[in-house]
Amino acid sequence: MNFVMSDLVPVLPEIFVLAMTCVILIADLLIRQSGRLATYMLVQLTLLGCSLILVGTHENRVIYAFHNMFVDDLMSDVLKLLTCLALSMMLAYSRLYLTARGLFTGEFMVLVLFAMLGMMVMISANHFVTLYLGLELLSLSLYTLVAMQRDSATAIEAAMKYFVLGALASSLLLYGMSMLYGATGTLELGALTQAIQSGAADRNLQIFGLVFVVCGLAFKLGVVPFHMWVPDVYQGAPTAITMLIGSAPKLAAFAFVTRILVEGLQPLMPHWSAMLVILAIASIVLGNVTAIAQTNIKRMLAYSTISHMGFLLLGILSGSIEGYGASMFYAVVYALMSLGAFGMIMLLSRADGFEADTINDFKGLSRRSPWFAFIMLLLMFSMAGVPPTVGFYAKFSVFSAAVNSGHIPLVAIAVLFSLIGAFFYLRIVKLMYFDAPESHAAISIQPDTGILISFNGLAVLLLGILPGKLMAVCAVSAQQSLLLH
Amino acid sequence: MLMSFETIVFYLFAALSVFAALRVITARNPVHAALFLVLAFCSMAGIWMLLEAEFLAITLVLVYVGAVMVLFLFVVMMLDISLVQLRAGFWRLVLFGAALAGLMAFEMIWVLGSSRTSTGRVAIKHAADYSNTKELGRLMYTDYVYPFEIAAVILLVAMVAAIALTFRRRKDAKSQGVPEQVAVRKADRLRLVKMPPENRARQGLDSTEEVAR
Repeated sequence: MNFVMSDLVPVLPEIFVLAMTCVILIADLLIRQSGRLATYMLVQLTLLGCSLILVGTHENRVIYAFHNMFVDDLMSDVLKLLTCLALSMMLAYSRLYLTARGLFTGEFMVLVLFAMLGMMVMISANHFVTLYLGLELLSLSLYTLVAMQRDSATAIEAAMKYFVLGALASSLLLYGMSMLYGATGTLELGALTQAIQSGAADRNLQIFGLVFVVCGLAFKLGVVPFHMWVPDVYQGAPTAITMLIGSAPKLAAFAFVTRILVEGLQPLMPHWSAMLVILAIASIVLGNVTAIAQTNIKRMLAYSTISHMGFLLLGILSGSIEGYGASMFYAVVYALMSLGAFGMIMLLSRADGFEADTINDFKGLSRRSPWFAFIMLLLMFSMAGVPPTVGFYAKFSVFSAAVNSGHIPLVAIAVLFSLIGAFFYLRIVKLMYFDAPESHAAISIQPDTGILISFNGLAVLLLGILPGKLMAVCAVSAQQSLLLH
Repeated sequence: MLMSFETIVFYLFAALSVFAALRVITARNPVHAALFLVLAFCSMAGIWMLLEAEFLAITLVLVYVGAVMVLFLFVVMMLDISLVQLRAGFWRLVLFGAALAGLMAFEMIWVLGSSRTSTGRVAIKHAADYSNTKELGRLMYTDYVYPFEIAAVILLVAMVAAIALTFRRRKDAKSQGVPEQVAVRKADRLRLVKMPPENRARQGLDSTEEVAR
């Protein structure tokens, strides 16, 4: 009825990705190729094309389309661009690793693109229905990707756990959304805020719905006490898929959480802020302490993810524009560090099926390859938050936002446990530089992944020295997107 | 007291669905239970029809009766279900079940009897030419076209995922290579052997048998 052509321009990136995914699905069957190189190039071209369209259709204002179901603003454009970049890097890192394990198939790449489409829908959703559908699109693709390695019992177990707990989380989220709908009579985020602000709606019912929504979000973010799936999935999935789960979806999750809590439920801020305080504290404490006991580096990084998500929540719970900007910066930085760390694990893994997934595999890396040991050192320093790497600046900005909104005891605990957490990151550095290597096998590195990981490690350092530009972009997008009402 | 035709139909369908639902759990034969469930669905569809929700009624019959229940019946018939085994824990669980049923009944009475639920509002009667299906379709393809399309993509992902996870090309599978069959030449299959003629009848017979075998 009121469908207009101008609705299609803001969703052009999504339409392009969907169309190309369908083309690739068919083309992969028809093109004769070795090692899926042609399909791989097509996927990379799709990501490039999507980025170009994003830049080309960018307008410096907030555009709503499809009856306010879809929103196109600076935050969505920035996050979508970074998602394209993260997925492109992830595919480049994992091509040889997956080829050696027989997993680099057309379906793999198609599912990655579908996951990306889900993330894009989540990032620019302005309605509970689109938020939920985007989340399901992403989750279903990820469940399948985790289960792709059918011969591995751990991968199947991880996929089962991920699927069952993910379904539980989705149903919690839906239940909360239906309660909010019952209380306010709308599913659109802007109208939801107005309905809550008007005071006519039942406040108890809103809080009841909010509790379920926050639980669902916490499940998806993997924060304590809803974190049980994270270590098993990170350890069980093939490293390339772990890298995928650990990088770009965190950007989408940030958008998802802020759109629901800040854009939709801003008037209930005191309530959700208090809930997030508990989640953040528990994640930071448990994540950092449990990571110390791990000998598997993928599992260790999983607990590190849990604690990082706790730090990310610190910015959101502070409830200020400064805090939202800091959290967005944290999500971007985390995705970058995660790509580098998992990239390094894949780099050290060999084509004969050897997985460098215990921390002992990093012993004496500096003697085998001083340059890559240095890159890993940068990544670990950044995760621990040691200056001058960007991890320090990310932690500093969320801490300062939380202090400014009066959460001083919370920040004191967070600082203490990030110091404790530094132990297990620095243990990797100690193993690399001061221990004798367990194997002297030459590290075979293709030039493209070698350059990429060097770029990744140096980016962590450079952004740490000059964080101003990225921080400004995050602050401006948070300002534009989240301070509308 | 005079009841309108609609009320009579409602009570008919309601009684039928309660009866069918009871028989679902009391029927001894699982196939009968599944068929009673079909009856319960059909009578519920009738009630929805009375509520002017034709689309939901039709979908219930098409999807649940037509697809889900048929699949369910297949499973019930394929599996060898031992009734004795199914009834084994009955008396042990009956207390728990009764408590759960009581709790649910209490909740429903509480919700339906609360002042918030019964607002005293009466549903608006639509005109005779009002079509529920058309209204739903109009909304689905205009206001909700964006989520509708995403739902379609999710179905596509489910299809890709199901094939990617279950399709396994077996190494020892035997299949027909049509291009090879067509490209074959006489020289590849047929070999002409020159043999001296045999005279002895007895041995000749043996060798024919050999060839036939």
